[in-house]
Amino acid sequence: MGVDNPLGENIITTSLDALVNWSRKSSVWPMTFGLACCAIEMMATGASHNDLDRFGIIFRASPRQSDCIIIAGTVTKKMLPVIKTVYEQMPEPKWVIAMGACACSGGIFDTYSVVQGIDEALPVDVYIPGCPPRPEALLFGLMKLQDKIMTERNSFGSAIGLGERYIPKAA
Amino acid sequence: MAENNRAVLKLKEKFAASIIDVVEFRGEVTVTVAKDSIIEILSFLKQSLQYNLLTDLTAVDYLGKKEERFMMVYLLYSIPNKDRLRIKTPVTEAECRIPTATQVWKTANWLEREVFDLFGIMFDKHPDLRRILMTDDWEGHPLRKDYPLQGPDREPYKGRLS
Repeated sequence: MGVDNPLGENIITTSLDALVNWSRKSSVWPMTFGLACCAIEMMATGASHNDLDRFGIIFRASPRQSDCIIIAGTVTKKMLPVIKTVYEQMPEPKWVIAMGACACSGGIFDTYSVVQGIDEALPVDVYIPGCPPRPEALLFGLMKLQDKIMTERNSFGSAIGLGERYIPKAA
Repeated sequence: MAENNRAVLKLKEKFAASIIDVVEFRGEVTVTVAKDSIIEILSFLKQSLQYNLLTDLTAVDYLGKKEERFMMVYLLYSIPNKDRLRIKTPVTEAECRIPTATQVWKTANWLEREVFDLFGIMFDKHPDLRRILMTDDWEGHPLRKDYPLQGPDREPYKGRLS
């Protein structure tokens, strides 16, 4: 390389945020948790044709091993405490994707038994419209989440007790 | 015709005082009976006329349309005779209770729990009368016609504002 290279050929330098965020966004492990017809599209997205594995996105069957939960379907008031429990069991840092019209707003189910959007209970990072969204839409939403993860600052420092995690507001 | 239906003939013979109405529509026979003798009639239909399968048990809310607000509906099927029969009985809002059919068909257990959950009709001597669909702490009975569609804690939808 033409520039000054004091550490030699085999060492590169970067910021801690860039490294940590890059590793996190490259291994988003969503919780295996389907609620309704959106879950069918979510399974299709994970299967060989669309292949979420190539993004490092691998569904985990335990909330303890997950850092993302995709709310894939209609959330009934009876199901809400279960979803809250699963979310609370996930270790930090964790992200929430509201997949489809029902998870975003209640969708067509404007009734007494349905939660009118999961953002009434959980902090949603990405909203994906559609009824249900196509696998491409879910992929795009997951890539948006990866972009969001890359903008985080001091997430490693906050984990070891140095300062606060800083997440810039969406533009 | 309904008059020649094997169940209707026998019911008219044995429970003439309790039969309110007999209707046939497109081959479906419906017998409306008084609530007081409902268990006797159901037992008779099962034991003597071989209506051994309770296909479904449900209720209808006729709020503002009929004097007796609720109507219990029993859909019966006879496996050996391959025929169906519908038994109805009115239940008033003031006395919103009826004897349980679990003593006749065990299937009635969960079906009556559903009717209790969604209509608020009490079933006397039911072995386990709890809510089955809504959460245990739910207030009200959602399938009643006076229950607000979007729930009691929300402003009702008034149509598009544009």
